[in-house]
Amino acid sequence: MDLNKRYTAQSWPDHPETATLEGKNKFVGFWLLLAAETVTFASLFATYLALKDRGPDASEFTAAGLFELPLVFAMTMILLTSSLTSVYAMHHMKNHNFKAMQAWLGITVLLGLTFLGLEIYEFNHYVHLGFGFTTSAFSSAFFTLVGTHGAHVLFGLSWFIALMVRNSKRGLNMYNAPKFYLAALYWHFIDVVWVFIFTVVYLMGVIG
Amino acid sequence: MSSLAQKKGFGAFIWDYLTTVDHKKIAILYLISGGFFFLVGGLEAMMIRIQLMKAGNDFLSAGLYNEIITMHGTTMIFLAAMPLLLAFMNAVMPLQIGARDVAFPFLNSLGFWLFFFGGIFLNLSWFMGGAPDAGWTNYASLALASEGHGIDFYSLGLTISGFGTLIAGINFLVTIINMRAPGMTYMRMPLFTWTTFVASALILLAFPPLTIGLFFMVFDRLFDANFFVVEMGGNTIIWEHLFWIFGHPEVYILILPAFGIFSEIFAIFSRKRLFGYTALVFATILIGFYGFMVWAHHMFTVGLGPTANAVFALATMIIAVPTGIKIFNWLLTIWGGSISFTVPMIYAVAFIPSFVAGGVTGVMQAMAPLDYQLHDSYFIVAHFHYVIVGGVVLGILAGTHLYWPKMFGTMLSEKLGMITFWFFFIGFHLTFFIQHFLGLMGMPRRVYTFGADQGWDLFNMISSVGALFMAIGVLVLLVNVVLTQVKNVRVGNDPWGDGRTLEWAIPSPPPFYNFAQTPLVRGLDTYWIEKMEGNKEGMVYAEPLGDVHMPNGSIIPLIMSFGMFVAAFGALYFLDDTKPWALAVLIIGLGITFGSMLVRSLKDDLGFHITKEELIEDAKRGGNTDGLK
Repeated sequence: MDLNKRYTAQSWPDHPETATLEGKNKFVGFWLLLAAETVTFASLFATYLALKDRGPDASEFTAAGLFELPLVFAMTMILLTSSLTSVYAMHHMKNHNFKAMQAWLGITVLLGLTFLGLEIYEFNHYVHLGFGFTTSAFSSAFFTLVGTHGAHVLFGLSWFIALMVRNSKRGLNMYNAPKFYLAALYWHFIDVVWVFIFTVVYLMGVIG
Repeated sequence: MSSLAQKKGFGAFIWDYLTTVDHKKIAILYLISGGFFFLVGGLEAMMIRIQLMKAGNDFLSAGLYNEIITMHGTTMIFLAAMPLLLAFMNAVMPLQIGARDVAFPFLNSLGFWLFFFGGIFLNLSWFMGGAPDAGWTNYASLALASEGHGIDFYSLGLTISGFGTLIAGINFLVTIINMRAPGMTYMRMPLFTWTTFVASALILLAFPPLTIGLFFMVFDRLFDANFFVVEMGGNTIIWEHLFWIFGHPEVYILILPAFGIFSEIFAIFSRKRLFGYTALVFATILIGFYGFMVWAHHMFTVGLGPTANAVFALATMIIAVPTGIKIFNWLLTIWGGSISFTVPMIYAVAFIPSFVAGGVTGVMQAMAPLDYQLHDSYFIVAHFHYVIVGGVVLGILAGTHLYWPKMFGTMLSEKLGMITFWFFFIGFHLTFFIQHFLGLMGMPRRVYTFGADQGWDLFNMISSVGALFMAIGVLVLLVNVVLTQVKNVRVGNDPWGDGRTLEWAIPSPPPFYNFAQTPLVRGLDTYWIEKMEGNKEGMVYAEPLGDVHMPNGSIIPLIMSFGMFVAAFGALYFLDDTKPWALAVLIIGLGITFGSMLVRSLKDDLGFHITKEELIEDAKRGGNTDGLK
């Protein structure tokens, strides 16, 4: 693959992420990885549901008493919006508009960081209430499920930032286009998982 | 960069293997490390049989016995059988589909090194305060009560090697989906490629639940979480579910590639196209599908209720149908064939009755009420050894003989191979057949001794003698390997003479780029078709001779895996008051792993090209440059 080849918006292929064999392999491989990730989160969700509200006899913590929806709803909106901005970024990637792509990715990262900040605030709040990782089976399951998602967010953000910095000077080529595409795909996956967390953990916790 | 320039010397040789991304060399690494762990697991088996040789024996203490049975099972499943099968998948599958390498050569190497460091970590437990002792299933109720760090070595070691296996699975799937040569449609793929495909899909979906279960175990034991701690609201059954949601597909991950190897063998040595190729393919897919719906048959006695038990009992019985289809297809492949009883073939023929016996006892246990009688007795031990040894291990031994020439360019001695076979085969039935009856007589599994008044002495003695036979068989195989490599008689492309698929159309061992020109596949058993039509070259080509693109080697996979290995020690000692450095080690280890991941991501690695002239040059020298760079 020739990294020095210059593309214009006209010569740039419609689907740069799958235009090379490497790109195709990464595309299929990444979807398969997401399948494995889905099973991973399914296991975590199942465990969470089995252990929800379970604790030692004296434990007063339950999902209904602990969770509050306003903050979590704000987090959900922020993360959903970041998924939309990453779609814009990929739209510009496919039109070979590097600057616009970087700008939208930048906004995505800022939204992601806001989400992560709020999640840390939320966890900190629970710990101050006395609901820590080791408090009960419920707390272990909750922090592991939501924390695993948070770790994915952190990884996704680091990935975006690394790609943006690495390619800031040289722009788009056939070598890095699949990388940007996959990072965005990963971001969507994280978003979908959060939708389930919002529903199963928070909505069903408070209302159900 | 000239790719064909040869660097000599021992250091360069070692460096080449540490950094290789060539699927054929990674196969050899898997074969050697898997073989090593097979010997370790075998040694542990011998110690079990010595302990049980007579009533009231004191060869092993009760605690040590628990550690040895745990490590025997864990080692054999995770560190011997799986890597040995991955060795054949790596060595053969890309050749069978006409590919120059796997889809992700770098990840292939990473998968190997993760498995390797995970296996080493697990076995270091012997020297660092005691091995795990809660059985290979590591049930939480036992595991949480286990003292010392044995269980933690188990959970952390298997987590690391599990990541490696998952990576290998994804890699093979993408390779088969994207890298098949022109004309290699799905329904022309050799059966071994098909079973690799389905087994990889099972790996993809089965390993994450295990990893999550192991994480819970690590969190509970090392970070004070409460997933399985009943008095804190936890539930130990969660472990059993997660373990068996992985564990049952795992046995199909093991047996399907073995089925693939046997399918190749039956066709080659009967000199016939596989009978019912399509049925074999769909039976493979069905087994993979049902494999995920039967996990609770390991938990009939837990008390899930009659409805759950009935559903899982029925699903379990259904699996016998596609397996039976396979058995009959193999028999009908042999039927009327021009059979040659080579060593691989004799293993394949011996496999059928042995595996059927294991399958029949499996269907017996599928009946939940009967399982209440058989549960946790030696009948179970006999059953799973009949399917694992009678299926998987015979498959691995057959595959070793069949593919040795393709991997190393030399032929294992048929005479010594026959000796190995007879010792192993007789020893296997001697050891395990009688254990069915020990189970029916009431001998529970996992007990370290029994009383002289229980009437189990003679049968246990017979079983131990059988184990000795198997050990002799394996030793003869080792002698065979050494003699063969010392004599070093080189063989040609198709040493068995009746090869049917693409791997037999190229030199043994193949050049590091596999195919100078990508082949054009004209049907099932493509090499056989070309041979029958008198094509001396063995294949037709889909492209003119041109430059070939190859990946660069890299040391990063080894460093990345080593980081996980270091981090695991940090996690292991996290709560020990006497080891305040544990947190630092954990952070450093993860730093190494993620740091090298970042380097990998930021550094462009575009591979290199072998020019057309170099390919022509290489072909003149016999076309099997092993690709030392």
